[in-house]
Amino acid sequence: MKILVCISHVPDTTSKINFTEGDTKFDTNGVQFVINPNDEFGLTRAMWFKEKQGASVDVVNVGGPETEPTLRKALAIGADSAIRVNAIATDGIFVAKQLASVIENGGYDLVIAGRESIDYNGGMVPGMIAGLTGANFVNTCINLEVDGTNATATREIDGGKETVTTSLPLIIGGQKGLVEESDLRIPNMRGIMMARKKPLTVVEPTSGEAQTKDVTFQKPAEKGSVKLVDADNIDELVSLLHNEAKVI
Amino acid sequence: MSVLVYTESEQGAFKKVAFEVASYAKAVANQLDTTVTAITINASDSSELKAYGVDKVLNATNAQLDGFNAKAYASAIQQAAQQENATVVILSSSANSKYLSPLVAVGLNAGFASNVVEVPSSTAPFTVKRTTFTNKAFSNTEITSDVKVIGLSKNAFGLVENSASAINESFSPSFGDNDFNINVQSVDKATDKVTIADAEIVVSGGRGLKGPENWGMVEELAEVLGAATACSKPVSDLGWRPHSEHVGQTGKPVASNLYIAIGISGAIQHLAGINSSKVKVVVNSDPEAPFFKAADYGVVGDAFEVVPKLIEKLKEFKAQNA
Ligand SMILES: Cc1cc2nc3c(=O)[nH]c(=O)nc-3n(C[C@H](O)[C@H](O)[C@H](O)COP(=O)(O)OP(=O)(O)OC[C@H]3O[C@@H](n4cnc5c(N)ncnc54)[C@H](O)[C@@H]3O)c2cc1C
Repeated sequence: MKILVCISHVPDTTSKINFTEGDTKFDTNGVQFVINPNDEFGLTRAMWFKEKQGASVDVVNVGGPETEPTLRKALAIGADSAIRVNAIATDGIFVAKQLASVIENGGYDLVIAGRESIDYNGGMVPGMIAGLTGANFVNTCINLEVDGTNATATREIDGGKETVTTSLPLIIGGQKGLVEESDLRIPNMRGIMMARKKPLTVVEPTSGEAQTKDVTFQKPAEKGSVKLVDADNIDELVSLLHNEAKVI
Repeated sequence: MSVLVYTESEQGAFKKVAFEVASYAKAVANQLDTTVTAITINASDSSELKAYGVDKVLNATNAQLDGFNAKAYASAIQQAAQQENATVVILSSSANSKYLSPLVAVGLNAGFASNVVEVPSSTAPFTVKRTTFTNKAFSNTEITSDVKVIGLSKNAFGLVENSASAINESFSPSFGDNDFNINVQSVDKATDKVTIADAEIVVSGGRGLKGPENWGMVEELAEVLGAATACSKPVSDLGWRPHSEHVGQTGKPVASNLYIAIGISGAIQHLAGINSSKVKVVVNSDPEAPFFKAADYGVVGDAFEVVPKLIEKLKEFKAQNA
């Protein structure tokens, strides 16, 4: 089985979010970038397929040279080779078109993307590559088994989960649940050394125009300070929730 | 030109989000000086949509669509949009609608903005405000394509009544064999409880509750309030509560009207998931807990004393206001 894992290069979850250039650009100053958490679950599941059933695993990112350390980290975790599409990831459809082209050229059986990336939170790339390639698609996937060309996937739905069967080629939008968090891997020294020798291919983008543009960013308005209620005066809390906040 | 809205139903009955997206669609249609068409899929009674400003309803009834199927549903919405010459297509942020939206967008060659929280600030250029960086910021996003797809954040717009004619038409989209390649084997859904996604109120517990045996009071508080229960990440990691209740950046987002956090410190990853909740109440024994900075109301105190009192006071309140 030939697997492609889409890797988004995102600010670490504890990052302070700030903007520069008149609130038009994300301020990367002092920000550490990591593999998008949803993609990390997918990458680990891909490693599982590789080790348990035999599979080759490529990783791909659409981005500038600054994303290469993130791809190298994925190689150190165990991916066989990496592809970087040399372009600024302007919006979801642009990224999806680049990925669809990599998928079509590479003849992948299974494409694992994350349900959403934690920076722009579009939640659109996996669905869009499915739309563009025509492959079967399961979103918010929390479990995946593959047997030959048959796949069984569980996906999260509002208030529960649903198990579906389908066939390869398949694209999933994955998340926590694909593997346990305790199974996520940290690259070890041997992995890091090996990753240096693994191929990281840079390909130029194919055509594809963005359809959306983040014009400006803004931070949520500063919150007023918390109203503290004495623990011996819970009546007051109930009254505030009813009369002031009007939520009960 | 028109605005098309997908009004989601379950076992024939509209979900509350259907009325919210219809309300929003009406506001967008007013800005564009056009009408709202809703597409329903196997809904039993579409007349309810009249109250929310829907001018025309396309009812797709088809046994093949009894179970949710993203590709087929997306194709039906796309065909409706084409038939109606829709320039804006609006969907909710339910799990199923989030599954559909990118497929609809690709099908219509339309730019897609998700997590939208307000009506467009301008329609030319078409600019919407949406949450980004897991609710730590907003982005004002311009959609530059001719047709636009919008995913509306839950509870962002609310229900707005606008009576309209709601002319009903039946609608028969056509499908190919490939549209049904995903086959549902089983659905496992807790039907007796309010889910985090649908809840107006969420009561959430953290590691401060010490152990799963202490969740009785959290559940009782939730029951009094008609709320869903949730938890912080370590609580689900420790197996005290199911993963489906884990709220935050790596868990579920919560966009309720009221979020009550008990014994939760308020780490940035937890806050990221609840920022779009309207009113936040925190109960924590540590006055320095970061959650107090994000909260509207706070009680510094031991959860084991405060929560039982709160349950008692709420029961009294309910009895008086019944
Ligand atoms: C990559 C990454 C992603 C993450 N994603 C998430 C996420 O999605 N969601 C999430 O929740 N966390 C997430 N975390 C974890 C997060 O950083 C915190 O560790 C977590 O939110 C803490 O949970 P907690 O507040 O329940 O526990 P603790 O940090 O242990 O806090 C417990 C709180 O309870 C209070 N307390 C103790 N006893 C009592 C009492 N008797 N009465 C009242 N209060 C009491 C304490 O004062 C303390 O504030 C993530 C972390 C990482 C690194």
